Amino acid sequence: MATAKEPERNEKKTMRTITYREALREAIAEEMRRDERIYILGEDIAGYGGTYGVTKGLIEEFGEKRVKDTPLAEEVIAGAAIGSALGGLRPIAELMTMNFSLLASDQIINSLAKFRYMFGGQAKLPVVIRMPAGGGAQRGAQHSQMLESLYAHIPGLKLVMPATPYDAKGMLKASLRQDDPILFIEHELLYNVKGEVPDLGVHYTVPLDQGIVRREGKDVTIVTFSRMVHICSQAAEDLAKEGIEAEVIDLRAIRPIDLDLVLDSVRKTNRVVIAEEGWKYYGTGQGIAALIYEYAFDWLDAPIAHVTGKDVPMPYSKVLERAALPGKAEVIAAVKALVPARATAGVGAR
Amino acid sequence: MVDTLGARAAHDSHPADPIAAMVNADGLLTAEAERAANISDDVLRDLYRRMAICRRLDQEGLNLQRQGELGLWGPIAGHEAAQVGAAMAMAETDWIFPYYRDFAMTICRGVDPGIAMTWFRGLTHGAWNPYEHRLGPLIISVGTQVPHAVGFAIGCKLDHEPTAVLVGFGEGSTSTGDWHEAMNFAGVFKAPVVFLCENNQWAISVPMREQVAGRVADRAAGYGFPGLRIDGSDVLTVYTVVRAAADRARHGEGPYLVEALTYRFQAHTTSDDPTRYRTDADVEPWRAKDSIARATARLRDRGAFSDDFERAVAAEAEETALAMRATLLSAATPHPGQAFDLVFANPPASLLREQAEFVAELEPGSAE
Repeated sequence: MATAKEPERNEKKTMRTITYREALREAIAEEMRRDERIYILGEDIAGYGGTYGVTKGLIEEFGEKRVKDTPLAEEVIAGAAIGSALGGLRPIAELMTMNFSLLASDQIINSLAKFRYMFGGQAKLPVVIRMPAGGGAQRGAQHSQMLESLYAHIPGLKLVMPATPYDAKGMLKASLRQDDPILFIEHELLYNVKGEVPDLGVHYTVPLDQGIVRREGKDVTIVTFSRMVHICSQAAEDLAKEGIEAEVIDLRAIRPIDLDLVLDSVRKTNRVVIAEEGWKYYGTGQGIAALIYEYAFDWLDAPIAHVTGKDVPMPYSKVLERAALPGKAEVIAAVKALVPARATAGVGAR
Repeated sequence: MVDTLGARAAHDSHPADPIAAMVNADGLLTAEAERAANISDDVLRDLYRRMAICRRLDQEGLNLQRQGELGLWGPIAGHEAAQVGAAMAMAETDWIFPYYRDFAMTICRGVDPGIAMTWFRGLTHGAWNPYEHRLGPLIISVGTQVPHAVGFAIGCKLDHEPTAVLVGFGEGSTSTGDWHEAMNFAGVFKAPVVFLCENNQWAISVPMREQVAGRVADRAAGYGFPGLRIDGSDVLTVYTVVRAAADRARHGEGPYLVEALTYRFQAHTTSDDPTRYRTDADVEPWRAKDSIARATARLRDRGAFSDDFERAVAAEAEETALAMRATLLSAATPHPGQAFDLVFANPPASLLREQAEFVAELEPGSAE
């Protein structure tokens, strides 16, 4: 499987720098202009412009029929999105945070993920549920969670978790042009991240089933997604100064996972660190590790290392929160624990 | 218990509601409203006919289950008037989101009974094309179809389609968060929805008094639209009231809640035993209100019922039941590989690989 393409060199001339938030807004606006069946529903998204400002200004262009403020009720936001999709519309449901998706989880898991199946394949469910996840802003135990692993377990859902403005825009546009349910998971601390995006008017989308190699390397593969991509990229830069070349894979979507991209890299580096902000046990990272063990065990020279959030509810205190979140130092330490073992490969591997 | 028998005091929180004025204190269509509605003898005969057929199909469903041909059957006896009356009151262009007991609605929507029954035989999740029949699938997860119906209706409003949506549910559903959230949404957005509560007094073993403090119909007032408790065993009342509520919805006047009081004569499903939670004495007063007998009486009053008609309907019901059985028993068992087919519109490579591996393993030594 080919590495997903970065923008072509000649496109670079037409690139500009915008935030992740602006990239999402552009994607929504462009797709709403293109397809009048797209509408948005959620709490505080209209005049207020969304709790994280993503939908700011959209009501002025598209009106309150297509940018609908709803009552504070996540289950029916998801349920109504499903119902309107059955009727042929393409809803974007914004949940204020992923934490609140738990209130909608019955509709997401029992209806959204299953309705195409339960309608005998005769219904389309082009529903995109957008929601920010993650910690780091001192929002406490109930408002800082990465819950993607709960949903990644469920057949029938696709989970997109872009890390850059380029991917945020391209993947949201792609999400709005296909017919399966998408959980579009943003990260609260990514909204202000800036990055290069093609000029307005330059059309592009990013595939929803392809990861990307953010940095090539031969010594170790770091598999990651969402905000941890940036932390791992910084770690890789630091490691390079010490002569360790880490390959950083940004999965971009965790369901479906671009497993071939991961396995190709593992066969090259023979060492793997999986880094995620979420918890360790029974989660996405462990699932990826199991897939690597299942399909590339013979290529591994060392056990897979796993950098995760601490196994506690997210603390409220700034100091404790910082301690609970995985950071650059832990990624570097995990890599270093694996890479020196190369000298004794064959002895230390098992 | 007598208190739950009749409708008693039609709901009055929307005193100007002309639909509420159509029924008397017992929740029955008034003579004046019946004249005004001008439902023809032919329509009433057709409602009778459909109820009689569905009752026979219900009996056949029970028989099939007892003979081991169905995994499960959820008897509808007692619900004929509510389901047939409401389904037939909707325009062909309207949509219906049924719950698991709304079998008669599927028949009224033109689904072949034998095909509809494949669902209970466990052959398929999606026995009919929802778009062809404007009918959602039977929903097992209690109350979850109510938000779907409301979302669908909001979508119709966005599309400027003059479409009304009927959603069926039992009184047990009205305890779920889905139901209340959807009622509120419908009220806020003036969604063109007719909420039909088939209040059959029992949620499996839990009686209504332990399920609902107060009356289901009254709950609508809290969401800013009218609700009306009616006699759900009188098909003409159900038909006329639901038709008026659907017209109202189509004219942009918002949602309406109809609480059709009825009774479940049989078990919740074939997996439970109602003698463990109720006695014959509980059931008896409701048998006296039987929907088919009452439709017969109405037709006789109009001079529109004859023995020939009764015999012809009975013969048609018998024929339909036998055809249903034949269609059901000859329905093909799906190939195991199909399990993978319907999950995604655009399935990921991993799923296609899993399917290919599964089918390859199956085929060499497969006995089937």
